[in-house]
Amino acid sequence: MGRRFSSRVDTVLWPILFLTMTLALYLAMIGAPKEATMGDLQRIFYFHVSAAIAGLTAFAVNFVASLIYLAQKRPRWDDLALSGAEIGVLFMVMVLVTGPIWAKPVWMVWWTWSPRLTSSLVLCMLYAAYLLIRRYIEDPERRALVSAVFAIIAFLDAPLVWFSIRWWRDIHPSAMLETGGLSPSMRPALVVSWAAFQLLLIYLLRRRYYLQVMRSELEILERQIARIV
Amino acid sequence: MKKVWAILRKDLLIEFRTKDSLNSMLFFGIVVLIVFNFALKSFEDNVPSVVPGILWVAFAFSATLGLNRIFAVERENDCVQGLLLIPVDRGVVYLGKMLAATVFMLIAEAVIFVFCLVFFNLTVGNEIPYLILVFIIGSLGFTTVGTLLSAVAANTRLREILLPLILFPIVLPVLLSAVEATDIILNTKDYSDLKLPLAVMSAFTIVFGTVSCLLFEYVLED
Repeated sequence: MGRRFSSRVDTVLWPILFLTMTLALYLAMIGAPKEATMGDLQRIFYFHVSAAIAGLTAFAVNFVASLIYLAQKRPRWDDLALSGAEIGVLFMVMVLVTGPIWAKPVWMVWWTWSPRLTSSLVLCMLYAAYLLIRRYIEDPERRALVSAVFAIIAFLDAPLVWFSIRWWRDIHPSAMLETGGLSPSMRPALVVSWAAFQLLLIYLLRRRYYLQVMRSELEILERQIARIV
Repeated sequence: MKKVWAILRKDLLIEFRTKDSLNSMLFFGIVVLIVFNFALKSFEDNVPSVVPGILWVAFAFSATLGLNRIFAVERENDCVQGLLLIPVDRGVVYLGKMLAATVFMLIAEAVIFVFCLVFFNLTVGNEIPYLILVFIIGSLGFTTVGTLLSAVAANTRLREILLPLILFPIVLPVLLSAVEATDIILNTKDYSDLKLPLAVMSAFTIVFGTVSCLLFEYVLED
């Protein structure tokens, strides 16, 4: 059983991930120039943005896997959906921790109710709610169905949350990315750390997925044993 | 449509005979108003600016109680078996339940609003039609997704406790727009600004009404 999951993909993926992460760390900490006004503090931005993108990707994985589960009812898709939600929450927590660390010296506050911050927090809470629902349903099939329904609702809710709080004042430095205001000398650090986080996401997703598949199979075996005894 | 009405009528009849959820919804809503009065000590100077928020928190909390009951009623005496045996599409059951929840919520809102006027010394006149519109669309937004999530919560071991935890993050757009709209009506009176919050609430209601109608069959307890 263990052999089935120690695939060749991971033996290749793992060194690549290690190298990219090291490179990202080097570029962000040493390679990229010091920001004019914020100084070294700005370097946290490379990880902050990359983690946010990785988190959103993980939630998208959760959404797609939940949709396919509802269509096909194959338990493997539910395992993937759970992995996506859990790792998405992990990345979003990273975002929500690195954000205030940066904001305190620059904005003078830990937290402000700007749309982007509020949406990230709500998004994190939505998927925490998803994990909470899963915890309290025993029957695996029921759990998969109900949580898939919630996953779809949560994912559709995200853009509405974003738009509904948009009319509030936004001081988040988003324009920097959208208008290409980021200095070209900083771009390599951002691109590499983006790639590193995407690879980390894939790696973690695979590990978490295999763990979940094993857990599900164990659950089925336990049920069978309980029936015999 | 007739089938939806049958389920709606059943729920309304049960409710008007027992008054289980309406009593608790009204009472809780009023308690929230009173608690806010003590919690926000120094707000006598700017009552109108805090009232929309207080009002919708009271509405939302009381609605959560009502939404919890909407499926708890079916669990007693295994009524849910009967509900499942009805030879209709699950979407019809959803619509009936959703409309029943909306009716309860609107009744509760009307009473809580009157208490709010008294407690906070507000006078409204011409604003009433606009307020009714906002209350109706806001409540629909709340109950479309609330009915589905109430069924989701009914599936779990925690049941009633779980609903507010999963409902409030989801209905945030509705809550926000409703507060914004109520604020416009009570304070700025610039009714052309109402378009945006009303559009957000309507979009929410339509999107989640449709999605919940389609997904409802997966979460109905059997």
